[in-house]
Amino acid sequence: MAPRRYNQAVQKYSIFSLARNALTGHRNWRAAWRSPEPRPAYDVVIIGGGGHGLATAYYLASVHGVANIAVLEKGWLGGGNTGRNTTIIRSNYLWDESAALYDHALKLWEGLSQELNYNVMFSQRGVLNLAHSESDLRELSRRVNANRLNGVDSEFLDAAQVAEYCPLIDCSPDRRYPVLGASLQRRGGVARHDAVAWGYARAADARGVDIIQNCTVTGILRDGGRVTGVETSRGVIKAKKIAISAAGHSSVIAAMAGIRLPIESHPLQALVSEPVKPVLDTVIMSNAVHAYISQSDKGEMVIGAGIDPYVSYSQRGGYDRIEQAVRAVVELIPSFSRLRMMRHWGGIVDICPDASPIIAKLPLEGLYFNGGWGTGGFKATPGAGHLFAHTIARDQPHWLNAPFTLERFSSGALIDEHGAAAVAH
Amino acid sequence: MLCIPCPWCGARDVAEFHCGGEAHIARPADADRIGDEIWAEYLFMRANPKGLHHERWQHRQGCRRWFHVARDTQSDRILAVYRIGDAPPEGDPS
Repeated sequence: MAPRRYNQAVQKYSIFSLARNALTGHRNWRAAWRSPEPRPAYDVVIIGGGGHGLATAYYLASVHGVANIAVLEKGWLGGGNTGRNTTIIRSNYLWDESAALYDHALKLWEGLSQELNYNVMFSQRGVLNLAHSESDLRELSRRVNANRLNGVDSEFLDAAQVAEYCPLIDCSPDRRYPVLGASLQRRGGVARHDAVAWGYARAADARGVDIIQNCTVTGILRDGGRVTGVETSRGVIKAKKIAISAAGHSSVIAAMAGIRLPIESHPLQALVSEPVKPVLDTVIMSNAVHAYISQSDKGEMVIGAGIDPYVSYSQRGGYDRIEQAVRAVVELIPSFSRLRMMRHWGGIVDICPDASPIIAKLPLEGLYFNGGWGTGGFKATPGAGHLFAHTIARDQPHWLNAPFTLERFSSGALIDEHGAAAVAH
Repeated sequence: MLCIPCPWCGARDVAEFHCGGEAHIARPADADRIGDEIWAEYLFMRANPKGLHHERWQHRQGCRRWFHVARDTQSDRILAVYRIGDAPPEGDPS
């Protein structure tokens, strides 16, 4: 095999490179990553060029020294769920396993722009989870206490403190669903989703990872009990290890290896309003009226809805979900009632029965799986990539992802975050 | 947005219905003797196909009856509707 040719020519982004390129009218920026032809064989082939797959490639190369890696993406980088979510990042999950997993990711987010030399616009503007009933309040206090015991920052706010923290929310007691309190995770926030995919792609490419777009995997080659490569729309690619990181299509890819998963794929919709001046400087989530809302740096209100109730791969859903989400937003913030909505889209999310992911080896030698993140995969991107890379390189899980196996569905050791994870799924 | 033809009430908006998930999953016989893997298969493992999918729906805000739908999950096109207790239509209804 030919020696790896590292991309030494990657330019460092800085105020100086910006100034230098400004002098030449920004005509001489180099592409942030190469577009190589696929080679006949790799040590690791990662299926799926979203944030998770690209992060996995980056950590495999940077932490574990794996040199011969390809990321296969059927469309364009970050064109799946990475570019379709509402970019919320938090780690205030109820159960110990989940809190450890998501807080590992949050710690990586905190240094990510510097590590990648790429501005992912991570903004720790706080995430507010509202309570609207007595039972909401009890559940929320329990979660705040569980978070604090796990070392995850979490505060309880009463209604007056919510009104002070975010005056935009209508906290008056005569609302149909009055705000009685909230949990606040100040380290939570949002990031620029496209930049996360691009930043990891550029950093992985600089370490010699081949990123191959427009390359659809159509089959997984097996020899006895182990995998040997993939069939793709651009020919056969041999691989010692194959890592599935294809959220939305997890079951489709696993079926190519004859493996059934406890996953169903549902549409999840989101929408953005016309851009307005800065009015909302935090992230608001409400389980009871079911909406998530934050304001992007462009000024748009980014609004998340609930999943559609049926299995679909169509990347579109029902209008009733949009109506429900917008109704919830207007209930919380009546002044948004005359905002006009600008764009609306859907992604396909993999839902596990316990609303927790699977990051594990599969029962075929050389086959690894990261998926089933449901509606919460974006926030986990750096952590998922970091732990999945560990699992692939060492051929055994990191202690943080050891509970997130496929076998938990027969052993009964579920990590039931349905309704416990601060949002309904 | 799905428009679902309820076998009793006719075509109605999806908002009136409750989706009951994959159909024709048989509860294992010999429940006291089978192992955990078979229970996991019954309770949790799903086909989740990209294409023809047989599923159960309930017209919750209408006649409240359960029925089966054969649907293409890639196009969301409904291919057939049939009653509880009936086998899926022969062959590929598309």
